[in-house]
This record gives sequence, C-alpha cells and structure tokens, in this order.
Amino acid sequence: MSTKAGTQEGVHAGTVRITYRQAVHDAMHEALTRDPRVFLMGEDVGCYGGTYAFSKGFLEAFGPERIRDTPLSELGFVGAGVGAALGGMRPIVEVMTVNFSLLALDQIVNNAALYRHMSGGQFSVPLVVRMATGAGRQLAAQHSHSLEGWYAHIPGIRVLAPATVEDARGMLWPALLDPDPVVIFEHAQLFNMEGDLPQPFTADIEHAIVRREGSDVSLITSGGSLWKTLDAAVQLATAGISAEVVDLRVLRPLDLPTVAASVRKTHRAVIVDEGWRTGGLSAEIAASITEHAFFDLDAPPVRVCGAEVPIPYAKHLEDAALPQVPQIVAAAMQLMGRTR
Amino acid sequence: MSDTATTPNPVPDPPTGPVPFDRELALGLLHDMLRVRRMEEKCAELYGSGSIRGFLHLYIGEEAVAAGVMRALRPEDNILATYREHGHALLRGVSMAAIMAEMFGKQEGCSRGRGGSMHLFDAATHFYGGNAIVGGALPLAVGLALAAKMQGRQCITACFFGEGAMAEGAFHESMNLAALWELPVLFCCENNRYAMGTALDRSESQTDLTAKAASYRVATETVDGMDVVAVHEAAQRAAAFVRDSGSPMFVEFQTYRFRAHSMFDPELYRDRAEVEAWKTRGPIHTYTARLKAQGLLTEADFLALDDAVGAEVRRAVAFAEAGTWEPVADLARDVCTPAPGTGDAS
Ligand SMILES: Cc1ncc(C[n+]2csc(CCOP(=O)(O)OP(=O)(O)O)c2C)c(N)n1
Repeated sequence: MSTKAGTQEGVHAGTVRITYRQAVHDAMHEALTRDPRVFLMGEDVGCYGGTYAFSKGFLEAFGPERIRDTPLSELGFVGAGVGAALGGMRPIVEVMTVNFSLLALDQIVNNAALYRHMSGGQFSVPLVVRMATGAGRQLAAQHSHSLEGWYAHIPGIRVLAPATVEDARGMLWPALLDPDPVVIFEHAQLFNMEGDLPQPFTADIEHAIVRREGSDVSLITSGGSLWKTLDAAVQLATAGISAEVVDLRVLRPLDLPTVAASVRKTHRAVIVDEGWRTGGLSAEIAASITEHAFFDLDAPPVRVCGAEVPIPYAKHLEDAALPQVPQIVAAAMQLMGRTR
Repeated sequence: MSDTATTPNPVPDPPTGPVPFDRELALGLLHDMLRVRRMEEKCAELYGSGSIRGFLHLYIGEEAVAAGVMRALRPEDNILATYREHGHALLRGVSMAAIMAEMFGKQEGCSRGRGGSMHLFDAATHFYGGNAIVGGALPLAVGLALAAKMQGRQCITACFFGEGAMAEGAFHESMNLAALWELPVLFCCENNRYAMGTALDRSESQTDLTAKAASYRVATETVDGMDVVAVHEAAQRAAAFVRDSGSPMFVEFQTYRFRAHSMFDPELYRDRAEVEAWKTRGPIHTYTARLKAQGLLTEADFLALDDAVGAEVRRAVAFAEAGTWEPVADLARDVCTPAPGTGDAS
C-alpha cells in the first residue's frame, strides 16, 4: 500500500511545480490509463469538464463509457458506484461537495462500509469516493461544512485528507488498490494552490506525517488547516517556540503512533480542525492523546476548531467561524505559558 | 462540443399575440420582469467588483416565470425556491434594498447577511428561501402544505425548482406524498434545459417531465416560460386548481438561462449560437413589442419605466453600501433559540 511511508517533503532529487487541481487531474488520468476497470462518474465530470476542472479533457480522452456524467442523483450514483465495485469495477465517484454527499450517506454508510462485515467477509467494496470539503469561499451554510469527522466515525471505510500536491497526486492509486471503500476529502481552498511535486512522489494512505519538526509543542491538523498551521508554526518560531506540525492525512484509521510519538517529544498538543468541536475529529485526537500519551503531557491538549455555527455568508463572520493563524498561535502560546 | 453532446433543441418562434390583461396588470408584469433584470445585471457588475461574493446564479432570461406566477399567488401562500431565487424573492415583495444588502453580507439584508445570494428568506412574505441543496425544498413544500391542511388554513404552497432536481429522490418522494395526502402544493418546474452543464436528455430517460409527475397522479401542464402572458394565465389556472381541489399540481415552465450557471461556468456544454437563438425569445423584449403593438405602451412609457427601475436599483445599492456589518461578537447568534431568560444562544 505505501511505496515510501512517512517521507519528508523536499528530500527528493527533482520536483515539478503543479497546482493541487493538476495533481488530482493527473492522479485520475494515471488511474484511468493504468486500469481499464477504473471509471469516473459524477455530476458534470464530462461535458462541463468537471465542476472544479479536475477532469478537463477526460471525456475526449476516455469516452463517455468511462467518464460518466450523472444526473443529480447522489444516492443513486454513489450507490451505483458501490454496486459497480461489487461487480468488479474500480469506480471513482466524484461528489461535488461533502454537503451533497449527505444525500448519498445511506449508500456509503449502510452499504459500502458494511458489506464486507455483513457478508461475513465474502464481499468487499473497492470504491473511491472523492468530494470537496471546507469553507472559505463565502458559499454559506449549505456549501461550506467540513464533515470529515462524521465519515471518520464509520468502521469499514478509509478516510483520506490530502493537503499537499504530493498527497493529491499520490493517494488515489493506492486508494484504488484498497479492497475496501475509501473516501477522499479535497479542501476547496487548496485547488488553486501550487506546490512542488517530488519525483518520484510518495503514495501513502496509512501514515500521518510530520510536516515540520519541532520540540516545544505539537500542532496536529489535516486538510485545509495544514497551511494555516504551518504559518502559525513560522510565527511561533519568531517568538522562540519550536512547533512541530503533524499532518494526519489519514483520518481513518488514525495513525496514532505518529501522533503519540510527536507528543511524547514535545509534551504539548494543539489540535486544529475546521470541523465543529463537539463530537468532532479533534475530540477523538485529544482523547487518543490522553489515552496513549497522558504521562508525557505537560498540559491538557488544546483544541482550535470551527465555531459551533453553520458557516455564515458574510466574509468577516465566515473568517471568525474558522480556525485562523492568530488563534492557533495564541493557543500554542497559552500552552507554553506565554502571553506574547 | 463532444460527440456525446445533445443535438441542439429547435428554438420555437418568439411569443406573439395580444396581451389579454388590463393595462395595470399588463404593465405590472413588464415592470416586474424589468426589476428582476436590472437588479441582476447590477449584481453581475457588483460581483465583478467584489461587493458580492460566493456563488451568484442569475435568473436572466427566465424572469417571465417568477413574474407570471407570483401575481397568481396570495399573501397567505407559501413560497420556496432555489439558489436562483433573487427574482422570486423580489417579486414576492422582499425589498430590492434588503436583497442587495443580503448579497453584500450586511446585517440589513433579508437574512442578516448570514445567507447571501443563495439564501434569501423573508418570514413576512412567507418566503421560505433560498435553498442551495438541489431538491432540498421539495419535501419542505409538502410539509408546509401539510401543516396548512392540518390547521385548516386556506393557502397553497408554491415550490420552484429546476428540471435537474427531478432526478433527485426528493422530487419523487415529494410528488408521491403530495398526491397521496392530497396536499395543496403548486410544483413549479423551471425547465431551462440545463442542470449546470448537463442537458436534459443527458440526464433523464423520460424527457417528458409532465409524465413523471402524472405517474404520481398529479395534474400537470406545460407552458412556454418565455411568454409572461402564457405563464400568468397558466399560473392562475394552476393556483385555482390547487386552491379549489386541495390537490397538488405540477407545471413545467419551458425557459432558458441566458447567462452562465453561476459566475464560474466556462459554458463548454452549449453553443453560443443556441444561446443567441434563445435570446430572440427573450421574455422582456418580446413582451414589450407586443404591448407596443397593442398600443398599451409607447417607447416613452418604456423608458420612463426603465428609468424608475434604474433609480430603484441605485437606491438598493446605496442602501446596501450604507449597510453595516454584524458584530463578530454575535457570531453564535441564531444557531438555536435563546433559552428563556438567558439571552444566550447556546
Ligand atoms: C444535492 C445537490 N447536488 C448538486 C448541487 C450542485 N448544483 C447546484 S445547481 C446545480 C444544477 C441544478 O440544475 P437545475 O435543477 O436544472 O436548476 P438550474 O440551476 O438550471 O436553475 C447543481 C448540480 C447542489 N447544489 N445540490
């Protein structure tokens, strides 16, 4: 599954500069080229060129059999993806946003995640569902939520949150090789982001990764919050605080050894999650840290989460509803017993 | 376009013929359509300059539908719409100023700046949004009608949705419930032929939309949605049917969107020529010509009306610009109803 686990960015010989959008495009292109069982379906993936242009040119390259525009029938086509996977295909199903995936939740939770277990191991569902997630574009409450934590609650599925161009490029193929369903969350704020894609790139869907080494405090995050957290680490460094940044990458099953190792080193943890605090992914991380590294902690874990409100439209309110760099910095400072 | 693209739909002739309404109604419908058009043209401009953000789905080209239907409804009726609802909100009676302020994100907006373009709400006019989940409003319409019926209130519930929504389970479940329980819902399907980039015949095995509704034993009608006269007459018939029978009705308004799906749409899925052909059926200029031919309107009248609308748009923008930002301290407001005596939302 993992070709080169836990590799640090930047240690490779060569890199190519690409956007996250291009990385997702290239990953799908590779998969469609490598395996005739792979096909892509979703709303506007074909004629329109992909809602976010991830599949631009695919219809021409692979034809309408394999680049399937679907009607607005999330329950139907996600469920059809489950069935096609059972039937021997390797579907990539694109759902426009996590909010719309709620219409298909039944098929993901009641079928995809359960088939293996319910059938006593006779059937598995090698399905990949990709969806956009997250806020920051003033799309208001019905288009902006981060429900990764809900999906991470479900046994039977693997949940990925690629935050770098390398992970966006590398994670899809091993996800397709996984005999069980994989849900991939792509944060909409990252699509235009450029990054350096190492050659060769890694393809790891099992491990969290330390994105920045540090010794005073562990900042644990994933997805769209990674970049804010890395910015916060830079600011903390100027204040003399050495922050380590852990990118979870795999939200289920969680790579607790990597998280615990970081906390054992720094003795302090700040968890940054765009999702809501109550019952969220951040709660799981905090609980796991206290379970696995309690006696290594110098202070209780601290959480910086999305405010417990539906995401408002007005920009200043949306900004206030999301974890931001100053809050992450303040939380780490507080944990260090520093006021400034 | 690719080989999978649909064959271009033949474009029917522009609507013609006499306008069978008194002058007040005849000019009122024109005024309605102009208000929506000019407001939205301004919105597009303001989107370009950054005052309006997020998604912005323009109704330009489809104005005859909201104009013709709204005037067939009564103040006590309920209305639900999609994210393409600026026109519906305006013609239902939400002020242009409150709509514009909402799109600016100001607290003077009709949803306090929380909703933006896709979530216009107004309790006073029974305008239940502004729903950005395709098909999301259809079950709510059933429930509002159910509540009215159970409480013996004489009102109907009008629900607007695009033809794309008819592929969702919510459409089918709602049709069945409304028919099964005999609920007064007026289902207004705005068939503009594309759901984002997906043409109707690429998303529906049965492209006769009325056949779907009819299969649930719901009464149906198909109307030229570019012809405000036909729309208003059909809406009056349909509203009367729903009101009198207490049963649902499905009306398909065949229309066309002149602009992109939203502001991010490169429009790779349809030919420019098709859009231009449909513009010959534009609801405002064809109707204006008919009014003039009939002597109900002169060019001077039109210019005066358009000037008045322009002034209303300018006032609305000024109101929005002068609007204020809700304090960040109020962020958690209106998540739940404040507990009695605490003044607190949590
Ligand atoms: C459940 C759901 N799926 C997908 C979307 C994204 N989306 C928004 S509008 C739209 C097209 C809808 O087409 P139609 O219902 O015909 O209405 P129109 O936009 O043409 O007015 C799509 C796919 C959504 N908002 N909700």
